Amino acid sequence: MSESIPVLRLENIVKTFPGVRALDDVSLSVLPGEVHALMGENGAGKSTLMKVLGGIHAPDSGRILIAEEPSVMTSPQHAKARGVVFIHQELSLADELSVAENIFLGELPLKSFGRVDWKTLYDDTDAILKTLNVGFNARTLVGDLSIANQQMVEIGRALTVDPRAVIFDEPTASLTDAEKVVLFKVIADLQAKGVGIIYISHRMEEIFKITDRITVLRDGQYRGTLNTAETNEDEVTQLMIGRSLDLSRNVSHHEMGDVALEVRGLTCGKMFTDVTFAVRKGEVLGFYGLVGAGRTEIAETLFGLRTPSAGKILLEGQEVQINSPIDAIRHGISLVPEDRKNQGLVLGMNCRDNMTLPQVGDLTAGPFVSDGAEIAIFDQYRDKLDIRTPGWRQIAGNLSGGNQQKIVIGKWLSMRPKVLIVDEPTRGIDVGSKSEIHNLIRELAAQGYAVIVISSEMPEVLHVSDRIIAMFSGRVMREFTSEEVTEDTLVQAISGISADKVA
Amino acid sequence: MTSNRYRDILKHGAIWAFILVELTFFSIAGEYLSVSDKAFMDFDNMLLLLKQSAPIGIIALGMTIIMINGNIDLSVGATYALSAIVLLDSMTWPALQAMGDWAIPLAWGLALLTGAILGAINGLIVWKTGVDAFIVTLGSMLGYRGLVFMINGEQPTSHLNWTLVDFAEAQFLGLHTASWFLLTAALVLWLMMTRTVHGRNAYAIGNNREAAVNAGIRVGPHMMWNFVLIGFLAALSAVVFYSESGSVNPNDGMLFELWAITAVVLGGTKLTGGYGSIISTLGGVIAIQLLRKGLGHIGAATETVNLVIGLILIAVLLLDRQLNLKGKQELKI
Repeated sequence: MSESIPVLRLENIVKTFPGVRALDDVSLSVLPGEVHALMGENGAGKSTLMKVLGGIHAPDSGRILIAEEPSVMTSPQHAKARGVVFIHQELSLADELSVAENIFLGELPLKSFGRVDWKTLYDDTDAILKTLNVGFNARTLVGDLSIANQQMVEIGRALTVDPRAVIFDEPTASLTDAEKVVLFKVIADLQAKGVGIIYISHRMEEIFKITDRITVLRDGQYRGTLNTAETNEDEVTQLMIGRSLDLSRNVSHHEMGDVALEVRGLTCGKMFTDVTFAVRKGEVLGFYGLVGAGRTEIAETLFGLRTPSAGKILLEGQEVQINSPIDAIRHGISLVPEDRKNQGLVLGMNCRDNMTLPQVGDLTAGPFVSDGAEIAIFDQYRDKLDIRTPGWRQIAGNLSGGNQQKIVIGKWLSMRPKVLIVDEPTRGIDVGSKSEIHNLIRELAAQGYAVIVISSEMPEVLHVSDRIIAMFSGRVMREFTSEEVTEDTLVQAISGISADKVA
Repeated sequence: MTSNRYRDILKHGAIWAFILVELTFFSIAGEYLSVSDKAFMDFDNMLLLLKQSAPIGIIALGMTIIMINGNIDLSVGATYALSAIVLLDSMTWPALQAMGDWAIPLAWGLALLTGAILGAINGLIVWKTGVDAFIVTLGSMLGYRGLVFMINGEQPTSHLNWTLVDFAEAQFLGLHTASWFLLTAALVLWLMMTRTVHGRNAYAIGNNREAAVNAGIRVGPHMMWNFVLIGFLAALSAVVFYSESGSVNPNDGMLFELWAITAVVLGGTKLTGGYGSIISTLGGVIAIQLLRKGLGHIGAATETVNLVIGLILIAVLLLDRQLNLKGKQELKI
C-alpha cells in the first residue's frame, strides 16, 4: 500500500450552472485505505461534486486524477471501469430479479448465441456475497430482502470490478443500528484492502466513528479538510454553517396547562401494544426509539390513517373516535408526516395553496375560493414562521427542505390544532434550518400547543422534549422527564434492555 | 426566477404559438397550393372550424379534468354513441311524440342523464374498488359499446326533428350553436378548475394523492364527481352534434377518447396528473382541427393528416420533456 499516492484526486473543480456557481475551486484527495467524509449542508455542492466525479456533469475547469493519472469521466459506467464506484442513497434494484441478476445487471456473463451463463453468474455472485458476509444467496429475489440486505446487494454491485474508490452516499439513511454495524464492517474490509472511500453523511456520530478525514463544503466552496481524530462536532458544524448548532438539553420551564390528549391502552395489531400516555398543553412530548419501534404507527393511528384494535383516545377528557384524517382534523389533531415530499406536500402546487389545502373549503366567497382570505393566511404564517420564499406563487417543490417543513407546519397551525404531531421534524433538512425548526417547536409549546415529536436522533429528542417516551418493538419501555433522562438510560430503554423495569 | 417565468410563459403559450404558426403556414401555402381560390383565413371558414372542433372539444375539456385528477377515461366514445341513441330514439317514443316540441328538452335531458349515469358507474367502480381508471374505463368502453350494438343492432338510429335541426344550425352573434356550447363549457370548467374548492382539490389529488388524503380531502367523491362530469360532457357533445345530423351509427364516437387525449396532451396537460389547463386544451383542440382543415386546404390527401398529427404530438412531447429536464437540472443546484 503506497500511502503517498492518492487513489483519487479532484483538483480545483469549477462547475457553473446558469446563474449559479455550484462548485467553486473544490479539491479533494482520497488516500488508499482511507475513509474520507464529505460534509456540507444540502445545496453545499456535495452531489454536484460527485456528479462531476461520476461523469454526469462535465467540470468547467479542474482535473480528476485517478492514481495520479488525469482522467476524463463520461458516465458512471465509465467511472466504474476506472475503478470508481458509487453506492447511492436511493436503491436502484429490480425487485423481481435475483440478487445475481441485479449485481451483474448490464454485464451478465454470456455463452454462445447470447445465452446467459447462469453457472458463472451464480458462482461469481456467491463469491462476492461471501466477502460481504450476508445471509442470502445469489438466487434470492431482491424483493424478498430487507432494505439493509438490498443495500448489501447494491454494495455487491460495486465489487464486480476491483474498486479503487467507493463513494457511499448517505448509506445509513434507512438502516437500523444493527444493520449499520454490518455496513461499517464491510467498509472496514474495503479499507483493509486499500480501497479509498468517500463517505457522505449528515450524521456526525457515524462520521466520527468511521472516518479518517473530513472535507467540508459550503455554498459550493471548499472550507477545509480536518483530521477526524483532531476535531470535534462543533468545529465541523461551524465550518458547515458558519456558526455552531445549539443542541444543548432542553431546560426551559414554562407553565403547562391541562391534558390535551390522552391515550389509554392503544393497540394496533402487531404494530404497537398497550400504549398509554398523556400530553399537556404547552408540553413537548418526545417519542424516541429505533426505526420500526412503532412510533410512526402511533402517530398514524392518532391521525386516523390506521384503525386501532383496542384502546381509547381522549381529547381534553372526552373520548373520541378517529377513523380518518378528516375526523382527526375536525378534532384538532394534526400530523406533520415523516416523509414530507410524499405525504406532507403537494410538490407541484404553490406555497399558498399547500398551506390552505385542508381548510380551503371554508375560505369561499360564493362558489369561488377567496383569493384574499388565502393570501392573508399565507402572509400571516410566512411572517410567523419566517418562511423564505419569493412569494406565494412559488412552487412548493422548489423550496429548500427547511422551508417546505415550515409550510407543512404552517398548514396545520393556521387551523389552530389542539395537538400537533411532528414525525421526524428535521429529516433531510440541513443543519442551519434544523435549529430553526427546533426553536419553532419549543416556541409553539410556549404558546400553549400540545406537541408530540417523534425522532430517531437522540440529540434532537433531548433538545426539544419536556418528557420522553422510549419505545421498543411496539411497547412503551419507559417515560423520562427532561431532568432525569441520560443518554445511557435512554439507549438502554430503546434497545429493550430495561424491559423488566417498565415505568 | 426570470427564467422560471419565461419557461412558464413558453409552456402555457406554446399551443397558441403553434396555432399561429399553423395559420401562417396554411395561409401562405394556400396561396400556391390551394384547390379552392378562397383564402384559408376566411372568417366563415374559421367559424366553421370552431363548430367542427366542438364534438371532440367538449369531451376533451372533461378529459382534461379527469387527467388533472390523475385518472383517464377511455369510455367517452361509447358514452357519446349511447347518449346519441337515447336522444334520437327517445323522440320516437309515443309518449314524447305526443308532447310536440316539448319532447326536445326532455330528450336532451334523458341523453345527458344517460351520460352522467354512465360516468357515475365508472367513477363508482374506480372509487370503491381502487382499480386503476385505465382498466376500469377500458372495460366500460367495451361494455358501453356492447350496449350500443345490443340496442341498435348494426343499423343506424335516425330521427330528424326540424325544430331541433334549426336550433342546432342557428348562429347567434356569428357563432354556431355548437361553438357556443364549446366556449361556454370551457368558461364554466375553467372557472371550476381555477377558482373553486373542487378544482383545487382535483389538482392536489392528481399531484400527490397521499398528501391530499393527509390534508383531509375526500379523494373518492372528487374523482366520482369528475367521472360524472365527463360522462355528462360526452353526452352534451352527442346531443349538440346529433341534434343536427339526426342519425347515429353504432360505430360513431369510436377513437374519440384517443382524439380527446391527444388534444389534452397537446395542450400540455400531464398524463401523470396534477398539472394542466382547460384553456390550453381548447388550444389543443383547435390546433388539431386547424391541421386537418389546413392539410385539406392545401390538397394533402386525408390519409396524411393522421400521420402529421401523430408526428407533431411526439415532437411536442419531446420538446416538453426537454423543457422539464432543463428545469429539473437547475432545481438540483
